[in-house]
Amino acid sequence: MVAQADPSNAALSRLSSLHFSVVLLVVSALLMIAHSMGVLPAWLVRLPEAVIPPTAEVLDVVFAFVQNDLGLIHVTRSIAAGLEYLLDATGNILYGKNRFPYLNRVSFLFIESLGPIPWSAVAAGMAVLGFWLGGWRMAILAGGTFVWTAMIGQWDIAMQTMSVLIVAAPIAFLIGLMLGIAAWQWRWVDNAIKPILSVLQTLPFFTYLLPAVIFFKVGPTAAAVATIIYAIPPMILMTTLGLQKVSPDIVEAGKMSGCTRWQMLTRVYIPAARTEILVGVNQVIMLCLAMVVLTAFIGMPGLGAKLLAMMNSFKLGRSFEIGVTIVLLAITLDRLSKAWVVKQPKHWERETPWWERHFLLLLGLGAFAAFYIISQFQTFEILNEVGRKQSWSKGREIDRWIKGVLEIDSIQAVTGWLRWFLNVKVLIPFRNALLWVPTPALIMMVVALAYWLGGRKPAIYAAVFFGIVALSGWWDRSVITLYTVISAVTISMLLGIPMGIMASGNKRLANWVLLTCDSAQTFPSFIYLIPAIMLFGVNDVAVVFSIVIFTMVPLTRYTIEGLRAVPLEMTEAADMSGANALQKLVSVRLPLALPTMAVGFNQAIMFAFFMVIIAAFIGTQDLGQELQRTLAGTDLGKNIVLGINVSLMALTFDMAILEWAKRRKKALGLG
Amino acid sequence: MKSLLKTMAAAAVVIAPGVAFAEDSNDPIIIPIHNWSSQIVMSNVVGQMYESMGLNVEFVTTDSQAVYESVRLGDVALELEVWEGAFGASFREALSKGGLHDVGDHDAVTREDWWYPMWTKESCPGLPSWEALNDCAAVFATAETGDKGRYLDGPVDWLKHGQERAAALNLNFTVINAGSAAALWAEIGAAEADKKPVLVFNWTPNFAEAVWPGEFVEFPAWEDGCDTDPTKGPNKDELYDCGNPANGYLKKAAWDGMKDKWPTAYCVLSNISFTNPQIAEMAKLVDTDDLEPVEAAEEWLAANGDAVQPWIDSCS
Repeated sequence: MVAQADPSNAALSRLSSLHFSVVLLVVSALLMIAHSMGVLPAWLVRLPEAVIPPTAEVLDVVFAFVQNDLGLIHVTRSIAAGLEYLLDATGNILYGKNRFPYLNRVSFLFIESLGPIPWSAVAAGMAVLGFWLGGWRMAILAGGTFVWTAMIGQWDIAMQTMSVLIVAAPIAFLIGLMLGIAAWQWRWVDNAIKPILSVLQTLPFFTYLLPAVIFFKVGPTAAAVATIIYAIPPMILMTTLGLQKVSPDIVEAGKMSGCTRWQMLTRVYIPAARTEILVGVNQVIMLCLAMVVLTAFIGMPGLGAKLLAMMNSFKLGRSFEIGVTIVLLAITLDRLSKAWVVKQPKHWERETPWWERHFLLLLGLGAFAAFYIISQFQTFEILNEVGRKQSWSKGREIDRWIKGVLEIDSIQAVTGWLRWFLNVKVLIPFRNALLWVPTPALIMMVVALAYWLGGRKPAIYAAVFFGIVALSGWWDRSVITLYTVISAVTISMLLGIPMGIMASGNKRLANWVLLTCDSAQTFPSFIYLIPAIMLFGVNDVAVVFSIVIFTMVPLTRYTIEGLRAVPLEMTEAADMSGANALQKLVSVRLPLALPTMAVGFNQAIMFAFFMVIIAAFIGTQDLGQELQRTLAGTDLGKNIVLGINVSLMALTFDMAILEWAKRRKKALGLG
Repeated sequence: MKSLLKTMAAAAVVIAPGVAFAEDSNDPIIIPIHNWSSQIVMSNVVGQMYESMGLNVEFVTTDSQAVYESVRLGDVALELEVWEGAFGASFREALSKGGLHDVGDHDAVTREDWWYPMWTKESCPGLPSWEALNDCAAVFATAETGDKGRYLDGPVDWLKHGQERAAALNLNFTVINAGSAAALWAEIGAAEADKKPVLVFNWTPNFAEAVWPGEFVEFPAWEDGCDTDPTKGPNKDELYDCGNPANGYLKKAAWDGMKDKWPTAYCVLSNISFTNPQIAEMAKLVDTDDLEPVEAAEEWLAANGDAVQPWIDSCS
C-alpha cells in the first residue's frame, strides 16, 4: 500500500542501489567461500602487521610537541586556574569547602559563619521557585527532591556534585550559544563544527579522561571541563536551529524599527528563538547530570565518587539510593527547565506595586532567610545537617532484599538457562562467526548496508571509516565491539518495539512507559552493571543485558511517539476500507511510523556504542577493555586511536540510518 | 562540621597556621582518594593529622591508576596506598619518568592472588594447594567454559597475569578478566546464595575478608625474577609460574616538590607506617559500621592517637 506513495523514480533509484549492494554482498560472499576453502591469501583475511601505520606512536609525538614545546599545557592550565577559582567559590557556599573560606569566615548578625547553606533553606527556596514556574506540583517535586536528598543522608555529596554543575552548565550554555550564533552567521563555522560535534558525541568517555587530566589537572577542574565538552553539542545545534527558524516577518519588523546588528541579535533573533534556546538549556542540564558518575574517575567529587566507592565495597542498597537521588535531581531540573520553556513573560498592569509584581521572589527570599536563621539554633540543628545516624537510609534492608530475590530458585533457573542458551547457542557462535569473516568481506557488507540505506554518501563514509578502523591495528577488538552492539540492539528491538506498540494503544500506559524510560535513562548506568553480573555472572550475557536495559529506552520511546504521530485521516481511511487492527498496524501505522522509529533505532545504536565501553567494568574483550588498560600507563596515543575507532563505527551507522529516515520521510510526505 | 560549636572550634584551628610550622606552605596539601574504603579512611586520617598540625588539606577523587601521572605533575601531593601487585607497574612507570618518589613502606604487607570463599572447600577438599585445581576443574566449570574450570581474574589494568600463570602451570582453566572490583564482589555475592564454588582474584587487607571468609590458593612460592626469568619457578620454560609475593609491599609515594613546599608534612609522611590490623579497622568502620569516611577517621584517630602522635612529634 505504501509503495504507491513512493514516486516511481525513487523506487527506481532504490532498485539500482539495491543492485550495487547486491554486487558488494556477492563479492564478500565469494571471499568468505574462498576463506572457508582455505584458498584465500592471509593478507586478505587480516591486514598484515607490516602495513599498519604506527598511528599511536605518531600521535604520542604530536601530543608531546603540542603539550610541551608549543606550551599548550600552560594555556590550559591557566584556564584551569580560572575554573578552579569559580569551583572553590561554589564549593565553599554549598558544602563548606575550606580552601578559600569566604563565607565561612563572614559573620552576620547572630550567625557565626554564612556558609555552607543549610539544606532546609535550599529546599524552601527551590520549592518557591518550583511554584513560580509550575504551580503546586512543581513546588512539591522541587522541594521534595531536596528534602529527600538531605533525609537520606546525601546532602553533602549532592552539594559537592552541584558545586561543579553550577559552574559547568552555565559555561557550556554560554560557549554553546556563542558557537551556535557563529555557526548560524557564517557557513564555514557551521561546516567546521559539524564533524567535530559528531566525533565528540560518539567518542567514548575513557578517551576524554586522560587528556582532561593532563591538560586541566585532576580534580573538579578536569571534571568540569569534561562535562562542559560533553554538554555543549546540543546547545550549539538548538541555537542554530532556533535562529534559522525565526520568521521573516519578525526580522522585517526589527529592520523597520531601525535595529543595529547587535540589537537585531539581542532584541529580535534571540528572543524569537527563545523556545529552541531553552530546549538547548534543558539538554545541557541533562547531559551534565549524565556525566556525574563518569567524571568521578577524574576527580568529580560527590554523588558519583560515593557511588563508585559504595559499589566497590558491595553496598548495593546505598548505591541504589544514590542513583535515586541523581534521577530525582535530573527529573526536577528537567521539569523545571521545561516549565521555564513554556512560561511566557507575564505583563503587569501599570501601577501594580513592586512587591506585588515580585511577590514570589520575596516569598522565596523570605523562606530562604527564615530557614537559614532557624537552622542555626541547636534545637533545630536537623534543619541544618542530617547526620549519618539520623538519616533514613535503608541501604542494609535493600541489600538483604536483593540477596533474597537472587536466592529464589525460579529466578536462578531462568537466568541460568538464559546464560547457557544465549552464551552457548547465540552469542559465542555469532562472535566467532564475525571474527572469522575476512576483513575486506566485512567492510563490504557494511558498505553494502550503508549504500542500501542511505545511498552513495553514507556508503563512501562507511568504506573510509571502516578502512581506517582496519588500518588502526585493532580490527579484532573492533569486531567484538561491533558484535556486542549488534547483539544488544537486536535483543532490545525484540523487546522494546512490541512494548512500544502495546503502550501506544493506551494513553495512560504510554505516559507511564515514557516516564519509566526517562528514569531509566538518567539512572546512572553503573548501577545496572552489578545486578547484571549477579544475575548472569561475568560474561557476554551480562554485558549484553546491561546494554539492552539502556538501548530499549529509545526504541520504546520512538515507537510510541512514531505511532502516536500517525495522522488520524490515515487510520480512518484504513478503518473505512475495512482493515482489522492487525492489518491496520502492519500496513498503515507501522510504515508511517517507521522513519521516526528509525531515529530511535539510531539512538539505540549510539547508546549501545556508549554502553559497550562502560561494560568494560563487567569484563569484556573489546576496545573498551583495551581502553581501560591504557589508564594504567599514559598511552595517550593508543587511547585516542581506540576512541576514534569506536567513534568511526558509530558514525557510520549514524549517517546511514539518519539519511534513510530523511529520505523515507520525504517519500511519505511527512516533511 | 556545621554546628556553631564545631565552626568555632574549626575557626580556632585555622588561626594556628604560621605559628608552629612556619616553614610549611599555606597552600592546601592535596590528597587523592580512590574508591575503596581503607584508602579513603587512611587519607582522611592523614588529612586530619595534617590539619591538627595547622596545615591546609584538600581531598580529590581520582582514578587509582591515573593518579601517578597527577602525583608526578604535582597536582596531588602524595599517594598513601601504592600496592605492589595492583599499582606497582603504574608506579614504576611514573618513577622512571620522574617527578615522584618512594617515601617508604607501611608496616602492613599485602597479598593478592587466586582466592576462594570457604564454602568452595567442600567441593574441592584438596585446596588450598594449587595442585588440587586441575582435579577440581569440573567443579568450577560454567556453561560457557565447557569442561574447563573458570577463574575470574582482576581487571586487565591491574596486570595480574592470570592467563600466563594458568598456561605456565598447565591449569585446565579459562581465565576471564572482571572489569572492576565491584564485578568480583558481585560474582562472589551471587555464588553465596547457593554456596556455589568460585575461584576469583582477591587481596588482603580488604573488607571482603570480613564478609566472606576464605583462603588464598597456595601456588609455588614467589621467587624474585619469576616474572622476568623463565628458569625461576617449577616450569623452567615459562614466566609467571609462581604465586604472587605473599608479603607484597604497601608503599607511600610523594611528589618531588613536596619536600620543599611542606617539609614538616613530608617528614610526617615518611614516618607514617600503618599495620594490617590498623588498616582493617579503618575499612571496618566504613564497611561494617556504616560511618562516613570523615567520621571514621575521627573515630579511628580518637582510638589510636598514641600510635600516630610520635610520627608528628618527631618532626616538630
